[in-house]
Amino acid sequence: MGKEARATEEQVAYAKLLDSGMKAGLLVLVVTFVIYVTGIFVPHVPVNDLPKHWSMPVHKYLQAANIPIGWSWLVMVGKGDFVNFIGIAFLAGVTLFCYIRIIPILFRKKDTVYGIIAILEVLVLVLAASGILKTGGH
Amino acid sequence: MVTITSIIGNRRAGLKNLFVFVSAVCFLFLFFGLALASTEGSPTPIPTESAAPWWIWPLVLFVVTFLLGIVAVLGGVGGGVLFVPIIGGFFPFHIDFVRGAGLLVALSGALAAGPGLLKKGMADLRLALPVALIASACAVVGAMLGLALPAKIVNTALGGTILGIVAIMLLAKKSEYPDVKQADALSTALRINGIYHEASSGQDINWKIHRTPQALAIFILIGVMAGMFGLGAGWANVPVLNLMMGAPLKVSVATSKFLLSITDTSAAWIYVNNGAVLPMMVVPSIIGIMLGSIVGVKILAKTKPAAVRYIVIIMLLFAGTRALLKGLDIWK
Repeated sequence: MGKEARATEEQVAYAKLLDSGMKAGLLVLVVTFVIYVTGIFVPHVPVNDLPKHWSMPVHKYLQAANIPIGWSWLVMVGKGDFVNFIGIAFLAGVTLFCYIRIIPILFRKKDTVYGIIAILEVLVLVLAASGILKTGGH
Repeated sequence: MVTITSIIGNRRAGLKNLFVFVSAVCFLFLFFGLALASTEGSPTPIPTESAAPWWIWPLVLFVVTFLLGIVAVLGGVGGGVLFVPIIGGFFPFHIDFVRGAGLLVALSGALAAGPGLLKKGMADLRLALPVALIASACAVVGAMLGLALPAKIVNTALGGTILGIVAIMLLAKKSEYPDVKQADALSTALRINGIYHEASSGQDINWKIHRTPQALAIFILIGVMAGMFGLGAGWANVPVLNLMMGAPLKVSVATSKFLLSITDTSAAWIYVNNGAVLPMMVVPSIIGIMLGSIVGVKILAKTKPAAVRYIVIIMLLFAGTRALLKGLDIWK
Protein backbone atom coordinates (compact mmCIF):
# COMPACT_ATOMS: atom_id res chain seq x y z
CA MET A 1 0.00 0.00 0.00
CA GLY A 2 2.99 2.26 0.34
CA LYS A 3 2.52 5.07 -2.08
CA GLU A 4 6.18 5.69 -2.58
CA ALA A 5 5.68 3.75 -5.81
CA ARG A 6 3.18 6.42 -6.79
CA ALA A 7 6.04 8.69 -7.74
CA THR A 8 6.49 8.52 -11.51
CA GLU A 9 9.70 7.51 -13.27
CA GLU A 10 10.58 11.11 -14.14
CA GLN A 11 9.77 12.25 -10.62
CA VAL A 12 12.11 9.67 -9.10
CA ALA A 13 14.85 10.47 -11.65
CA TYR A 14 14.51 14.17 -10.85
CA ALA A 15 14.57 13.49 -7.11
CA LYS A 16 17.70 11.32 -7.28
CA LEU A 17 19.69 13.86 -9.25
CA LEU A 18 18.44 16.69 -7.05
CA ASP A 19 19.48 14.79 -3.95
CA SER A 20 23.03 14.16 -5.19
CA GLY A 21 23.43 17.67 -6.58
CA MET A 22 22.12 19.34 -3.45
CA LYS A 23 24.43 17.35 -1.18
CA ALA A 24 27.45 17.98 -3.40
CA GLY A 25 26.59 21.67 -3.64
CA LEU A 26 26.27 22.10 0.12
CA LEU A 27 29.53 20.24 0.69
CA VAL A 28 31.35 22.43 -1.83
CA LEU A 29 29.78 25.52 -0.25
CA VAL A 30 31.05 24.61 3.21
CA VAL A 31 34.53 23.59 2.00
CA THR A 32 35.02 26.74 -0.06
CA PHE A 33 33.79 28.89 2.82
CA VAL A 34 36.38 27.29 5.09
CA ILE A 35 39.00 28.12 2.44
CA TYR A 36 37.69 31.70 2.46
CA VAL A 37 37.63 32.35 6.19
CA THR A 38 40.89 30.56 6.92
CA GLY A 39 42.63 32.72 4.31
CA ILE A 40 44.05 29.79 2.31
CA PHE A 41 43.22 31.83 -0.81
CA VAL A 42 43.63 35.59 -0.50
CA PRO A 43 40.22 37.25 -1.04
CA HIS A 44 39.69 39.91 -3.69
CA VAL A 45 37.95 42.11 -1.10
CA PRO A 46 39.84 41.92 2.23
CA VAL A 47 37.56 40.72 5.01
CA ASN A 48 38.34 43.85 7.03
CA ASP A 49 36.89 45.94 4.20
CA LEU A 50 33.63 44.06 4.02
CA PRO A 51 31.65 46.35 6.37
CA LYS A 52 32.43 49.26 4.05
CA HIS A 53 30.85 47.40 1.17
CA TRP A 54 27.92 45.40 2.48
CA SER A 55 25.91 48.49 3.34
CA MET A 56 26.24 49.87 -0.21
CA PRO A 57 23.77 49.32 -3.05
CA VAL A 58 25.07 46.54 -5.25
CA HIS A 59 26.15 48.71 -8.19
CA LYS A 60 28.20 50.97 -5.90
CA TYR A 61 29.79 47.94 -4.27
CA LEU A 62 30.76 46.55 -7.67
CA GLN A 63 32.38 49.85 -8.62
CA ALA A 64 34.10 50.35 -5.26
CA ALA A 65 35.47 46.83 -5.13
CA ASN A 66 36.20 46.72 -8.86
CA ILE A 67 34.18 43.56 -9.43
CA PRO A 68 32.90 42.68 -12.90
CA ILE A 69 29.46 41.09 -13.19
CA GLY A 70 28.18 37.96 -14.91
CA TRP A 71 30.35 34.88 -15.21
CA SER A 72 33.58 36.83 -14.80
CA TRP A 73 33.79 35.39 -11.28
CA LEU A 74 35.18 32.30 -13.02
CA VAL A 75 38.46 34.07 -13.77
CA MET A 76 38.63 35.22 -10.12
CA VAL A 77 37.95 31.80 -8.68
CA GLY A 78 41.45 31.68 -7.23
CA LYS A 79 40.42 34.42 -4.80
CA GLY A 80 39.12 33.37 -1.40
CA ASP A 81 35.80 35.18 -1.72
CA PHE A 82 35.11 34.13 -5.31
CA VAL A 83 35.90 30.47 -4.74
CA ASN A 84 32.60 30.37 -2.83
CA PHE A 85 30.75 30.96 -6.07
CA ILE A 86 31.55 27.39 -7.14
CA GLY A 87 29.21 26.07 -4.44
CA ILE A 88 26.65 28.80 -5.01
CA ALA A 89 26.61 28.13 -8.77
CA PHE A 90 26.36 24.41 -8.06
CA LEU A 91 23.27 24.90 -5.90
CA ALA A 92 21.76 27.32 -8.41
CA GLY A 93 22.53 24.97 -11.29
CA VAL A 94 21.31 21.63 -10.01
CA THR A 95 17.67 22.27 -10.99
CA LEU A 96 18.70 22.91 -14.59
CA PHE A 97 20.36 19.48 -14.79
CA CYS A 98 17.34 17.83 -13.16
CA TYR A 99 15.17 19.20 -15.95
CA ILE A 100 17.62 18.09 -18.61
CA ARG A 101 17.56 14.64 -16.99
CA ILE A 102 13.77 14.22 -17.27
CA ILE A 103 13.27 15.56 -20.81
CA PRO A 104 14.17 12.27 -22.57
CA ILE A 105 12.00 10.32 -20.13
CA LEU A 106 8.99 12.55 -20.83
CA PHE A 107 9.40 12.22 -24.62
CA ARG A 108 9.95 8.46 -24.37
CA LYS A 109 6.64 8.25 -22.50
CA LYS A 110 5.07 10.37 -25.27
CA ASP A 111 4.25 13.05 -22.71
CA THR A 112 4.96 15.69 -25.34
CA VAL A 113 3.32 18.63 -23.58
CA TYR A 114 5.35 18.13 -20.42
CA GLY A 115 8.47 17.51 -22.51
CA ILE A 116 7.96 20.91 -24.12
CA ILE A 117 7.25 22.51 -20.73
CA ALA A 118 10.52 21.06 -19.44
CA ILE A 119 12.43 22.37 -22.49
CA LEU A 120 10.93 25.83 -21.99
CA GLU A 121 11.94 25.73 -18.33
CA VAL A 122 15.49 24.82 -19.33
CA LEU A 123 15.50 27.84 -21.66
CA VAL A 124 14.27 30.11 -18.85
CA LEU A 125 16.94 28.83 -16.46
CA VAL A 126 19.69 29.06 -19.09
CA LEU A 127 18.64 32.63 -19.89
CA ALA A 128 18.64 33.53 -16.18
CA ALA A 129 22.03 31.90 -15.66
CA SER A 130 23.58 33.25 -18.85
CA GLY A 131 24.42 36.67 -17.47
CA ILE A 132 22.79 38.32 -20.48
CA LEU A 133 20.09 39.86 -18.27
CA LYS A 134 21.69 42.83 -16.57
CA THR A 135 20.00 45.35 -14.36
CA GLY A 136 20.53 49.06 -14.74
CA GLY A 137 21.28 49.59 -11.08
CA HIS A 138 19.68 52.24 -8.92
CA MET B 1 6.96 -0.78 19.48
CA VAL B 2 6.87 2.76 20.68
CA THR B 3 9.75 2.02 23.04
CA ILE B 4 11.93 0.51 20.30
CA THR B 5 11.16 3.42 18.00
CA SER B 6 11.89 5.91 20.70
CA ILE B 7 15.17 4.17 21.55
CA ILE B 8 16.25 4.18 17.91
CA GLY B 9 14.97 7.71 17.61
CA ASN B 10 16.93 8.73 20.69
CA ARG B 11 20.15 7.26 19.30
CA ARG B 12 19.63 8.97 15.99
CA ALA B 13 18.62 12.13 17.78
CA GLY B 14 21.79 11.90 19.87
CA LEU B 15 23.96 11.60 16.77
CA LYS B 16 22.16 14.41 15.02
CA ASN B 17 22.35 16.61 18.11
CA LEU B 18 26.05 15.89 18.28
CA PHE B 19 26.44 16.77 14.61
CA VAL B 20 24.54 20.02 15.06
CA PHE B 21 26.52 20.89 18.16
CA VAL B 22 29.89 20.08 16.56
CA SER B 23 28.98 22.04 13.41
CA ALA B 24 27.96 25.06 15.43
CA VAL B 25 31.10 24.93 17.57
CA CYS B 26 33.35 24.52 14.48
CA PHE B 27 31.66 27.48 12.88
CA LEU B 28 32.14 29.66 15.94
CA PHE B 29 35.79 28.60 16.27
CA LEU B 30 36.37 29.34 12.61
CA PHE B 31 35.04 32.85 13.01
CA PHE B 32 36.89 33.63 16.19
CA GLY B 33 40.11 32.09 14.79
CA LEU B 34 39.93 34.14 11.65
CA ALA B 35 38.95 37.23 13.57
CA LEU B 36 42.06 36.94 15.71
CA ALA B 37 44.21 36.19 12.67
CA SER B 38 42.86 39.15 10.74
CA THR B 39 43.37 41.46 13.74
CA GLU B 40 46.99 40.36 14.02
CA GLY B 41 47.54 40.70 10.30
CA SER B 42 46.29 44.27 9.97
CA PRO B 43 48.33 46.73 12.02
CA THR B 44 46.48 49.76 10.69
CA PRO B 45 42.77 49.46 11.28
CA ILE B 46 40.69 50.15 8.21
CA PRO B 47 37.82 52.56 8.79
CA THR B 48 34.49 50.85 8.47
CA GLU B 49 30.85 51.85 8.44
CA SER B 50 30.35 50.23 11.82
CA ALA B 51 32.52 50.42 14.92
CA ALA B 52 32.24 46.66 15.42
CA PRO B 53 34.90 44.37 13.89
CA TRP B 54 33.87 42.80 10.59
CA TRP B 55 33.41 39.29 11.95
CA ILE B 56 30.77 40.29 14.49
CA TRP B 57 28.03 40.63 11.89
CA PRO B 58 28.50 37.28 10.11
CA LEU B 59 28.71 35.64 13.53
CA VAL B 60 25.53 37.33 14.74
CA LEU B 61 23.98 36.46 11.37
CA PHE B 62 24.80 32.80 11.94
CA VAL B 63 23.29 32.83 15.44
CA VAL B 64 20.16 34.71 14.34
CA THR B 65 19.59 32.49 11.29
CA PHE B 66 20.06 29.44 13.51
CA LEU B 67 17.25 30.75 15.72
CA LEU B 68 15.18 31.69 12.66
CA GLY B 69 15.58 28.14 11.39
CA ILE B 70 14.08 26.80 14.63
CA VAL B 71 11.26 29.34 14.68
CA ALA B 72 10.47 28.84 10.99
CA VAL B 73 9.94 25.10 11.44
CA LEU B 74 7.88 25.54 14.60
CA GLY B 75 5.85 28.33 13.03
CA GLY B 76 5.27 26.43 9.78
CA VAL B 77 6.80 29.08 7.52
CA GLY B 78 9.77 29.13 5.17
CA GLY B 79 13.09 30.59 6.28
CA GLY B 80 13.18 33.20 3.51
CA VAL B 81 10.05 34.98 4.62
CA LEU B 82 11.57 35.59 8.07
CA PHE B 83 15.12 36.17 6.82
CA VAL B 84 14.62 39.10 4.46
CA PRO B 85 12.57 41.46 6.66
CA ILE B 86 14.45 40.68 9.87
CA ILE B 87 17.99 40.75 8.47
CA GLY B 88 17.10 43.63 6.14
CA GLY B 89 15.56 45.62 8.97
CA PHE B 90 18.03 45.11 11.78
CA PHE B 91 21.43 44.34 10.19
CA PRO B 92 23.78 46.78 8.44
CA PHE B 93 23.59 44.90 5.12
CA HIS B 94 22.06 46.63 2.11
CA ILE B 95 18.70 45.26 1.05
CA ASP B 96 20.20 44.14 -2.32
CA PHE B 97 22.50 41.68 -0.57
CA VAL B 98 19.83 40.64 1.91
CA ARG B 99 17.48 39.68 -0.90
CA GLY B 100 20.24 37.78 -2.70
CA ALA B 101 21.05 35.89 0.49
CA GLY B 102 17.34 35.38 1.24
CA LEU B 103 16.81 33.74 -2.13
CA LEU B 104 19.74 31.39 -1.62
CA VAL B 105 18.54 30.55 1.91
CA ALA B 106 15.06 29.72 0.57
CA LEU B 107 16.59 27.85 -2.38
CA SER B 108 18.84 25.72 -0.18
CA GLY B 109 15.93 24.76 2.07
CA ALA B 110 13.81 23.83 -0.94
CA LEU B 111 16.63 21.82 -2.56
CA ALA B 112 17.17 19.93 0.68
CA ALA B 113 13.48 19.08 1.11
CA GLY B 114 12.72 18.44 -2.57
CA PRO B 115 14.13 14.94 -3.10
CA GLY B 116 12.29 13.40 -0.14
CA LEU B 117 9.01 15.07 -1.04
CA LEU B 118 9.27 13.92 -4.66
CA LYS B 119 10.24 10.34 -3.83
CA LYS B 120 7.33 9.97 -1.41
CA GLY B 121 4.95 11.31 -4.02
CA MET B 122 3.90 14.19 -1.76
CA ALA B 123 5.24 16.85 -4.10
CA ASP B 124 3.70 16.36 -7.53
CA LEU B 125 5.83 17.00 -10.58
CA ARG B 126 2.82 17.28 -12.92
CA LEU B 127 1.30 19.96 -10.73
CA ALA B 128 4.61 21.75 -10.24
CA LEU B 129 5.99 21.91 -13.78
CA PRO B 130 3.46 24.22 -15.48
CA VAL B 131 3.26 26.43 -12.39
CA ALA B 132 7.06 26.54 -12.10
CA LEU B 133 7.47 27.60 -15.73
CA ILE B 134 5.32 30.67 -15.18
CA ALA B 135 6.59 31.49 -11.69
CA SER B 136 10.29 31.09 -12.56
CA ALA B 137 10.05 33.21 -15.73
CA CYS B 138 8.29 35.91 -13.73
CA ALA B 139 10.78 35.59 -10.87
CA VAL B 140 13.50 36.61 -13.34
CA VAL B 141 11.50 39.75 -14.14
CA GLY B 142 10.93 40.36 -10.42
CA ALA B 143 14.62 39.99 -9.61
CA MET B 144 15.60 42.44 -12.33
CA LEU B 145 12.95 44.90 -11.19
CA GLY B 146 14.06 44.57 -7.58
CA LEU B 147 17.69 45.27 -8.41
CA ALA B 148 16.78 48.21 -10.64
CA LEU B 149 14.45 49.94 -8.18
CA PRO B 150 15.68 52.28 -5.43
CA ALA B 151 16.06 50.69 -2.00
CA LYS B 152 13.36 52.95 -0.54
CA ILE B 153 10.75 51.66 -2.96
CA VAL B 154 11.83 48.07 -2.43
CA ASN B 155 11.69 48.46 1.36
CA THR B 156 8.26 50.10 1.21
CA ALA B 157 6.89 47.39 -1.07
CA LEU B 158 8.56 44.70 1.04
CA GLY B 159 6.99 46.12 4.21
CA GLY B 160 3.57 46.17 2.56
CA THR B 161 4.04 42.61 1.33
CA ILE B 162 5.12 41.33 4.75
CA LEU B 163 2.08 42.94 6.36
CA GLY B 164 -0.03 41.30 3.64
CA ILE B 165 1.54 37.94 4.52
CA VAL B 166 0.61 38.52 8.17
CA ALA B 167 -2.99 39.09 7.06
CA ILE B 168 -2.90 35.88 4.99
CA MET B 169 -1.52 33.94 7.96
CA LEU B 170 -4.21 35.29 10.25
CA LEU B 171 -7.18 35.05 7.90
CA ALA B 172 -6.58 32.30 5.32
CA LYS B 173 -8.18 29.00 6.16
CA LYS B 174 -6.74 25.69 5.14
CA SER B 175 -8.55 22.70 3.80
CA GLU B 176 -7.09 19.22 4.31
CA TYR B 177 -9.04 17.75 1.40
CA PRO B 178 -10.76 20.46 -0.66
CA ASP B 179 -13.92 19.39 -2.41
CA VAL B 180 -13.25 19.59 -6.15
CA LYS B 181 -16.46 18.59 -7.90
CA GLN B 182 -15.01 18.58 -11.39
CA ALA B 183 -11.52 19.11 -12.73
CA ASP B 184 -11.22 22.00 -15.20
CA ALA B 185 -10.40 21.45 -18.87
CA LEU B 186 -6.78 22.57 -18.64
CA SER B 187 -5.86 20.37 -15.69
CA THR B 188 -7.68 17.47 -17.34
CA ALA B 189 -5.71 17.99 -20.56
CA LEU B 190 -2.46 18.17 -18.58
CA ARG B 191 -3.51 15.15 -16.47
CA ILE B 192 -2.83 16.98 -13.22
CA ASN B 193 -4.30 14.64 -10.65
CA GLY B 194 -3.03 12.00 -8.32
CA ILE B 195 -3.26 9.67 -5.39
CA TYR B 196 -1.28 9.95 -2.26
CA HIS B 197 -1.16 7.75 0.78
CA GLU B 198 -2.11 9.47 4.01
CA ALA B 199 0.00 7.64 6.58
CA SER B 200 -1.90 8.98 9.61
CA SER B 201 -5.26 7.54 8.48
CA GLY B 202 -3.98 4.79 6.18
CA GLN B 203 -6.20 6.15 3.41
CA ASP B 204 -5.38 6.64 -0.25
CA ILE B 205 -6.47 10.11 -1.24
CA ASN B 206 -7.52 10.76 -4.84
CA TRP B 207 -7.19 14.36 -5.82
CA LYS B 208 -7.80 16.60 -8.80
CA ILE B 209 -7.74 20.35 -9.27
CA HIS B 210 -9.82 23.15 -10.72
CA ARG B 211 -9.48 26.86 -11.59
CA THR B 212 -6.10 26.14 -13.20
CA PRO B 213 -6.02 29.12 -15.64
CA GLN B 214 -6.89 31.60 -12.88
CA ALA B 215 -4.28 30.12 -10.57
CA LEU B 216 -1.60 30.22 -13.27
CA ALA B 217 -2.38 33.92 -13.71
CA ILE B 218 -1.85 34.49 -9.99
CA PHE B 219 1.49 32.69 -10.19
CA ILE B 220 2.67 35.49 -12.50
CA LEU B 221 2.37 37.86 -9.55
CA ILE B 222 3.79 35.35 -7.07
CA GLY B 223 6.83 34.80 -9.30
CA VAL B 224 7.49 38.54 -9.63
CA MET B 225 7.21 39.02 -5.86
CA ALA B 226 9.44 36.02 -5.11
CA GLY B 227 12.17 37.40 -7.37
CA MET B 228 11.78 40.99 -6.28
CA PHE B 229 11.90 40.42 -2.53
CA GLY B 230 13.87 37.16 -2.23
CA LEU B 231 11.29 35.92 0.25
CA GLY B 232 10.58 32.48 -1.05
CA ALA B 233 6.90 32.20 -1.82
CA GLY B 234 5.44 29.37 0.22
CA TRP B 235 3.16 31.86 1.96
CA ALA B 236 1.47 32.51 -1.41
CA ASN B 237 1.94 29.14 -3.13
CA VAL B 238 0.14 27.10 -0.49
CA PRO B 239 -3.11 29.13 -0.36
CA VAL B 240 -3.32 29.18 -4.17
CA LEU B 241 -2.58 25.47 -4.59
CA ASN B 242 -4.80 24.43 -1.68
CA LEU B 243 -7.70 26.88 -1.50
CA MET B 244 -7.92 28.03 -5.11
CA MET B 245 -6.86 24.98 -7.12
CA GLY B 246 -8.15 22.47 -4.58
CA ALA B 247 -5.06 20.30 -4.10
CA PRO B 248 -4.97 18.53 -0.71
CA LEU B 249 -3.12 20.48 1.95
CA LYS B 250 -0.16 18.10 2.24
CA VAL B 251 0.27 17.94 -1.53
CA SER B 252 0.05 21.74 -1.66
CA VAL B 253 2.66 22.26 1.06
CA ALA B 254 5.04 19.69 -0.44
CA THR B 255 4.59 20.89 -4.03
CA SER B 256 5.03 24.50 -2.89
CA LYS B 257 8.32 23.64 -1.20
CA PHE B 258 9.55 21.85 -4.32
CA LEU B 259 8.29 24.71 -6.49
CA LEU B 260 10.54 27.13 -4.60
CA SER B 261 13.59 25.18 -5.73
CA ILE B 262 12.73 26.12 -9.33
CA THR B 263 11.37 29.65 -8.85
CA ASP B 264 14.22 30.70 -6.61
CA THR B 265 16.81 29.15 -8.93
CA SER B 266 15.93 31.47 -11.79
CA ALA B 267 15.82 34.54 -9.54
CA ALA B 268 19.02 33.55 -7.72
CA TRP B 269 20.95 33.53 -10.99
CA ILE B 270 19.97 37.17 -11.61
CA TYR B 271 21.28 38.15 -8.18
CA VAL B 272 24.46 36.09 -8.64
CA ASN B 273 25.18 37.48 -12.10
CA ASN B 274 24.54 41.05 -10.99
CA GLY B 275 26.89 40.85 -8.03
CA ALA B 276 24.24 40.91 -5.29
CA VAL B 277 25.56 37.82 -3.51
CA LEU B 278 28.12 38.16 -0.73
CA PRO B 279 29.48 34.79 0.38
CA MET B 280 30.23 36.17 3.85
CA MET B 281 26.48 36.70 4.28
CA VAL B 282 25.16 33.78 2.28
CA VAL B 283 27.10 30.86 3.74
CA PRO B 284 26.63 31.62 7.47
CA SER B 285 22.93 32.19 6.73
CA ILE B 286 22.46 28.92 4.87
CA ILE B 287 24.36 26.89 7.49
CA GLY B 288 22.64 28.68 10.36
CA ILE B 289 19.14 28.20 9.04
CA MET B 290 19.72 24.57 8.07
CA LEU B 291 21.14 23.65 11.48
CA GLY B 292 18.30 25.59 13.12
CA SER B 293 15.77 23.68 11.01
CA ILE B 294 17.22 20.36 12.19
CA VAL B 295 16.83 21.46 15.81
CA GLY B 296 13.36 22.85 15.04
CA VAL B 297 12.21 19.51 13.63
CA LYS B 298 13.39 17.80 16.83
CA ILE B 299 11.52 20.24 19.03
CA LEU B 300 8.46 19.89 16.84
CA ALA B 301 8.53 16.11 17.31
CA LYS B 302 8.31 16.54 21.08
CA THR B 303 5.97 19.49 21.49
CA LYS B 304 3.14 21.16 19.65
CA PRO B 305 3.93 24.79 20.16
CA ALA B 306 0.80 26.52 18.86
CA ALA B 307 1.99 29.77 20.39
CA VAL B 308 5.02 29.83 18.08
CA ARG B 309 2.84 30.62 15.10
CA TYR B 310 1.69 33.76 16.88
CA ILE B 311 5.29 34.62 17.76
CA VAL B 312 6.13 34.30 14.04
CA ILE B 313 3.18 36.54 13.18
CA ILE B 314 4.32 39.15 15.72
CA MET B 315 7.91 38.96 14.39
CA LEU B 316 6.67 39.44 10.84
CA LEU B 317 4.39 42.27 11.92
CA PHE B 318 7.31 44.03 13.58
CA ALA B 319 9.78 43.37 10.75
CA GLY B 320 7.21 44.34 8.09
CA THR B 321 6.43 47.59 9.89
CA ARG B 322 10.15 48.26 10.20
CA ALA B 323 10.69 47.72 6.44
CA LEU B 324 7.72 49.92 5.60
CA LEU B 325 8.84 52.75 7.89
CA LYS B 326 12.44 52.39 6.68
CA GLY B 327 11.24 52.69 3.09
CA LEU B 328 9.20 55.76 3.98
CA ASP B 329 12.17 57.30 5.83
CA ILE B 330 10.20 57.39 9.08
CA TRP B 331 12.37 54.86 10.96
CA LYS B 332 15.89 54.95 9.52
